[in-house]
Amino acid sequence: MRPIYLIASFLLILQIARPVEAAPVNVVTTTEDLAAIAKEVGGERVEVESLAKGVQDPHFIEAKPSFMLKLARADLFVQVGLELEQAWVGPLLLGARNGKIRSGAPGFVDASRGITALEVPTEPIDRSAGDVHLQGNPHIWLDPMNGKQIARNIAEGLKRVDPKGAAEYDRNLAGFSTRIDAALSRWQEKMKPFEGAKVITYHNSWPYFLKRFGLVAAGYIEPKPGIPSSTSHMRELIALIPREQVKGILMEPYFSDQAPKFLAEKTGAKVVPLPPSVSASAGVNDYFELFDHLTNRLAEALR
Amino acid sequence: MMRSILFALILFGAILGIALPARSAQTFNPEISLDGLFSAATFSDPDHLQFGAHDPNKRGFTLQNLELTLAGNVDPYFRGEAHLIFGLEDGESFIEVEEAFLTTLSLPYGLQIMGGQFFTRFGRQNPLHPHAWDFADQNIINTLMFGGDGLRSPGIQLSALLPLPFYLELIGSAQNAEGETATSFLFAPGETFAGRPILERDVHDEGDLLYLSRIKTSLDLSESVTLVAGTSHLFGPNGTGENTSTRIHGVDLFVKWKPLTADHGWPFVTFQGEAMRRSYEAGEATLDDGTVLSGEKFKTDGFYIQSLYGFKRRWVAGIRYEQADATDPVDPASGERWRASSNLTFYPSEFSKIRLQYNYDKSDDRDDPIHAVFIQYEFLIGAHGAHTF
Ligand SMILES: [Zn+2]
Repeated sequence: MRPIYLIASFLLILQIARPVEAAPVNVVTTTEDLAAIAKEVGGERVEVESLAKGVQDPHFIEAKPSFMLKLARADLFVQVGLELEQAWVGPLLLGARNGKIRSGAPGFVDASRGITALEVPTEPIDRSAGDVHLQGNPHIWLDPMNGKQIARNIAEGLKRVDPKGAAEYDRNLAGFSTRIDAALSRWQEKMKPFEGAKVITYHNSWPYFLKRFGLVAAGYIEPKPGIPSSTSHMRELIALIPREQVKGILMEPYFSDQAPKFLAEKTGAKVVPLPPSVSASAGVNDYFELFDHLTNRLAEALR
Repeated sequence: MMRSILFALILFGAILGIALPARSAQTFNPEISLDGLFSAATFSDPDHLQFGAHDPNKRGFTLQNLELTLAGNVDPYFRGEAHLIFGLEDGESFIEVEEAFLTTLSLPYGLQIMGGQFFTRFGRQNPLHPHAWDFADQNIINTLMFGGDGLRSPGIQLSALLPLPFYLELIGSAQNAEGETATSFLFAPGETFAGRPILERDVHDEGDLLYLSRIKTSLDLSESVTLVAGTSHLFGPNGTGENTSTRIHGVDLFVKWKPLTADHGWPFVTFQGEAMRRSYEAGEATLDDGTVLSGEKFKTDGFYIQSLYGFKRRWVAGIRYEQADATDPVDPASGERWRASSNLTFYPSEFSKIRLQYNYDKSDDRDDPIHAVFIQYEFLIGAHGAHTF
């Protein structure tokens, strides 16, 4: 065993295998929603890939070795932040060995920057309250106004790693923001008849969406974040639904439909499967289609 | 030779240091967590064969592992991580430095250096902390090859993620070879190996260190099936002579199925297996009574295979089969030994678990098999533990 040869052959292999510098900026995001926004801002200059698929629960993604490989090649990495991805992003970033995208480096973007998080605990809290997010609710992309801030954060990141494209990124960002403003008044118009309507949601994933569109969460199927429903909690919900005149039970497609269906049977409230992410449902291919779909589905279900 | 390696590494580090632009370091609070792993056990024979230091190894209650973890980025270049173990033995408390190492964050060419005290990255099981084990006890073959605590030592590791279309990682490390966490090398439990006294061997040159080379690859067979496979080779001195050495070779395989739409991570199925072979070169020895033992080579091998089935949210069932050729001079059991285990684990949340396990343990030198039943419980407080694949 001659360790020096091992090191030498290592370096030799690495030299041979060194990749050719690719032209487009390689953006890797944790979720499809961030990928959709990055595509809007990056336009032709970027290639975007999301680690999680839209049909997956972003809290529970496997830290697959192939993801490290994707991150190793990334010029820009975008995460939602607010601890949404904390169970899986750390090992991936460390394993990727990519200095360009480590936290604090120019190629690292925390999409939640500059967004006022909802539900930041105001008093001391511990895990007896479930798997709460201490920095606030991380499901920020479900408010289109936050989408604009996420786009700004991504544009800043892109300008840092690709200053030559700055003008183009600014142009795309301005265009995206204008289109969001226009679409938002359309979406709000559609949701107006349901102002104040009460719903139950499975996980507490919808506070940004509900707040923006004037809906109210009367309860959650999970008694505490990440904790499965108990029979006593179900009994409470069965009593709550008629009392609060709950119209719909919103359900992310990756959760078991057992509890929502049971509640619907007992109370007559409607189960409304709703994709919380781009590409989680057919016809939801970009950030605008996501809200088109969500507002259409809800308007239909709550009518 | 030793000096030339060190020089190469220092030079290498210096080059990288120059190549890295200075950036303002972000400061983070360290992630702090405490993991407690306890068990209650009963055995059909009090003289059983649980040799792992973190095994439930006596009738009644055992503190298997109480681990304080501190981790965080040191600066823009390094991440630091320490795992301190608190233990109880016969009513006495003790502290152990299980691991404490730094990892580089941003070397070019996919390289990474790890330095400090760390688990040797041999196979899948050896680098795992006890609370991450899928069973309540350590595998027979791992215990036989690497002792009760697993193989760990101060040293340095260089690894590279190759820029290929698929995942291929090369790992090489050099570590100290002495101490009870380096079983099979300059340490033998019981101070003799095959009748030969274990000598005190100091580090004279690079030949007195312990070297690992490992190749690890991974493929996504589909969106829901991922495979990880590896081979590991260890080479180092052993204490039965001035120039005697031990080699250990291993292969490992891990396959996981989990549908994309898994609800909180369930359902899933995993399959894992490892096989190892050791070649221990024992030196010539003249014993106190004048007996002369000539040089001899001892071979030991064994394997385990295990499968987990996460059949319902929060529930996981596991089975494991192991076999080892225990004619090993360091193993108190002799002859072929095999063991079959099954367990059922309930996870109230990600931060706690309760496990029930049954072992059927059969070795050639005993007429009766040993039956063992464990109840294991774990709690984690503090920072969210990262889930590695
Ligand atoms: Zn978690």
